[in-house]
Amino acid sequence: MYNFDVVKPERIADAVKELSDSSESQPLGGGQTLIPTLKQRLASPDKLVSLSAIPEMKGVCAGDDGSVCIGGATTHATVAAEASAYPALAATAAHIGDPAVRNRGTIGGSLANNDPSACYPAAALASGATIVTNAREIAADDYFQGMFTTALDEGEIITEVRFPVPEKANYQKFVQPASRFALVGVYVAKYADGVRVAITGASNDGVFRWAEAEAALSANFSADALDGLSLSGDDMISDLHGTGAYRAHLCAVMTKRAVAAAA
Amino acid sequence: MTQVSMTVNGKAASGDVEGRTLLSSFLRDQLHLTGTHVGCDTSQCGACVVHVDGQAVKSCTMLAMEADGSEVSTIEGQAGADGSLNVIQQAFQDHHGLQCGFCTPGMVMSAAALLKENPKPSEAEVRAYLEGNICRCTGYHNIVKAIMAASGQDVGAMAAE
Repeated sequence: MYNFDVVKPERIADAVKELSDSSESQPLGGGQTLIPTLKQRLASPDKLVSLSAIPEMKGVCAGDDGSVCIGGATTHATVAAEASAYPALAATAAHIGDPAVRNRGTIGGSLANNDPSACYPAAALASGATIVTNAREIAADDYFQGMFTTALDEGEIITEVRFPVPEKANYQKFVQPASRFALVGVYVAKYADGVRVAITGASNDGVFRWAEAEAALSANFSADALDGLSLSGDDMISDLHGTGAYRAHLCAVMTKRAVAAAA
Repeated sequence: MTQVSMTVNGKAASGDVEGRTLLSSFLRDQLHLTGTHVGCDTSQCGACVVHVDGQAVKSCTMLAMEADGSEVSTIEGQAGADGSLNVIQQAFQDHHGLQCGFCTPGMVMSAAALLKENPKPSEAEVRAYLEGNICRCTGYHNIVKAIMAASGQDVGAMAAE
């Protein structure tokens, strides 16, 4: 790793200020992606602004509108333990990485990184979550803009994520056994006004919604409603773990499983 | 360089670190607590697991400055002052839960974290909890058996592997 300075502000406003001081500064969430990236010298910030000492960015609470609100610096382990008002989300958090990774990794860090195989982007997009930053509120549909790309500006921090609680939801992850990332993961959420389906791990454009499946499931929320629907593998990730066609097939299979398991 | 201070295995410890100094490097190179092993250095293998404020973390993927002010427990703090092994360590010895021993510090620290939050885990829960700890010798069976035994459960029926 190249060397860098580390600062640990205790308030969001101070973190924003630290990030604006230097063009080569970067926020540090739990570091479970950023530190390996720094080790590989794929990034070389001159200052990391740790978000781990900001109490107002931690914890799970209930919003006035019945949503589940999660502070941006809340670890996966805490979401797994405390987001009981949204069981499918808690279950998703409980299967990210491994226990030690879940004790450090944060929801804000995961969403800011927007890894094309991460779990939280699928949960946020399928839930129609609101990404709250120090500057504004961003709808999930506007937030994810392609592999490792989001609507965040330089120095903008995810302070909170608000999830409307669905009637039923489930996340099904087909795990790539070495990395434990999703080879394909499908998050299905059924709301009063329709069903949302978000898929991670498959597309070269990162997490995406499967509109045909959403329409079919909104009319009839059963695995059978998906019969005959398929996605093209042409624009999907193709690597040594699976071809685009294989991933496209998995998308349909995992969507059916998610619908069947939704509770 | 910035000074960090933490409590390591119940004793105050401090030292000067760079921003990039990993917790694993601080423990090994500055405090000379070399029981915490660095296997893969890519957050995969779990040989470097220690507890920070009671939670299992991969110390190769945490900055030393992030642990400033924390309570840290490592494998060196597990045995008694007289060198007597704790329940988990003794179970690893009794049930042959190690061969080369490289992964063992991380395995023992992960097992301790598991048994603290789930004192009587099922075999499946033990296996799931060890997802981030890799052993290339044992095939895991005797590690799982040792952890089950350390939790006070009967392992007589578990296959000897």
